[in-house]
Amino acid sequence: MNDVVIVLFGNDRAAEGLAGAAQRLGGTVRAIRVEEYQPEECLTALAEECKGARAILFSNDTYSQEVAPRLAHRLGGSCVGDGIDVQFVDGRLRVTRQVYGGKAEAVIALKRTPGVAWLRARSFAPGNAGVPPAGPPPSRRRDAAEPAGEDAGAPKTRIVERTASQSEARLEDARVIVSGGRGIGGPEGFAQELQPLAQLLGAQMAASRAACDAGWVPPTWQVGQTGKKVAPDLYLAIGITGASQHMAGISEAKQIAAINIDRDAPIFKHCRFGIVEDYRKVVPLLRQKLSELQR
Amino acid sequence: MNILVCLKQIPDPEIPARDFRIADIGSANLVSDIFGENALETALQFGGKITVLSFGAPSAEDTLRKALAMKADAAALVINDTNPNPDPLAVAQVLAAAVRKLGGFDLILTGRESGDWGAGQTGSLLAEELGLPCVSFVDSIEGREGGVRLRRQTESGFEVIEASTPVVLTITNDEHNVPRIPKVRDVMAAHRQPLTTFTLADLGVDVSNRWYEVIEMSIPTKETACEFLTVEELAQRLLEVTAGA
Repeated sequence: MNDVVIVLFGNDRAAEGLAGAAQRLGGTVRAIRVEEYQPEECLTALAEECKGARAILFSNDTYSQEVAPRLAHRLGGSCVGDGIDVQFVDGRLRVTRQVYGGKAEAVIALKRTPGVAWLRARSFAPGNAGVPPAGPPPSRRRDAAEPAGEDAGAPKTRIVERTASQSEARLEDARVIVSGGRGIGGPEGFAQELQPLAQLLGAQMAASRAACDAGWVPPTWQVGQTGKKVAPDLYLAIGITGASQHMAGISEAKQIAAINIDRDAPIFKHCRFGIVEDYRKVVPLLRQKLSELQR
Repeated sequence: MNILVCLKQIPDPEIPARDFRIADIGSANLVSDIFGENALETALQFGGKITVLSFGAPSAEDTLRKALAMKADAAALVINDTNPNPDPLAVAQVLAAAVRKLGGFDLILTGRESGDWGAGQTGSLLAEELGLPCVSFVDSIEGREGGVRLRRQTESGFEVIEASTPVVLTITNDEHNVPRIPKVRDVMAAHRQPLTTFTLADLGVDVSNRWYEVIEMSIPTKETACEFLTVEELAQRLLEVTAGA
């Protein structure tokens, strides 16, 4: 019987997709929920909790990516990240992922067990078994079980401050995203045009690297090969040409729509629908129409 | 502080998707990986004695010379003449062996992931190989008594982390660590600076892939026919799509 573990951090909104991916692997699925994260403690606790597992799945958030490879190393397993498909073949975990900034896809077979993977969990169907209930937080159980003095001395790393910028919501979990690029021309366009539009659509804001590098919006908004990888139901790209580096971040979006002044912009090759026009003309009208229709 | 920055030479990631061929990867123009350069820039801003290290083909010397021109203090290259596509564990083991040989680093920096394979594991596995703690997605470093104070990016904002040294950090990009452009004078000078080279035999490391293997590689063919709409139609469609979301 395959023992599959899913590891969830806090109120993980990717939990359903992760559970769906785990269910597809077959076998029993159990969940571990980490409430208070500190890197080194979490790793020690997970290494204990995950003993005997054949597969350990994470979603693609900061903490998951930070601990997954190290956990695999400690358990004598292997790890691969950013998976968009996962299966067991001949008892080994096999993961499909993008490489070369989304220009190619590779199927990677892990050589050791347990197979550890972090996945673009939102791009997996939830499955019908739901998210299994999690056991008690691993760190707490470990504290109780472990004799004092094992980890004597001050911890080597300690998260001392957590600052949420703008919104608490994770871009990776957003169902609708409004994103702006170089074509927006400055921070005003984001603040005065795109943000009100996002509000009307109940969307989260994102941006291309060009817009972030220019300092128009916070770097945490960046989507793409060097930013976040997102999987919304709708990604509305405004003033974004759609270079492959950007597309690498949105390849799991269910639908892409664009507003761009250039009909030949590569973004339109990936779009379900769009408008060729200056966003400064379109967005105010669009907001007006949306307000009318929503009334 | 003594700082080591690990760098990688990769096929140019700016090659447009329409020109990208799997068979041509080996002959593509080579450049320094961006996250490695972000790491070097972060180290340069923090200050200290900075050594750059790369594991790669002999051509990776170019990446190291560029780093010297950016004002790294010393450079070392481990020449890979054995495994053209080493997996993340093989790379980490080679780097760890080189770190032990070079010795005495307080901070060891890698990029958060590379622009070619983008595995995002080298820094973490290097930390495990060296038995050191690791903090990922760091974008700036400050000194503090007995260690460093780090800022790192998360999905929802930032975290401040205090770490004792030695520690391994993976560095992500941010508006403050855009790599500097070296001065022409420094580029010339960099070509005369010494470069330490190791062979795999010098380090006595096995670089066969024991972590994972690539079974298959393909170019996804996904092109959608875009429907061009009026503003009214667009509003309607957006509401339909978001209503179901």
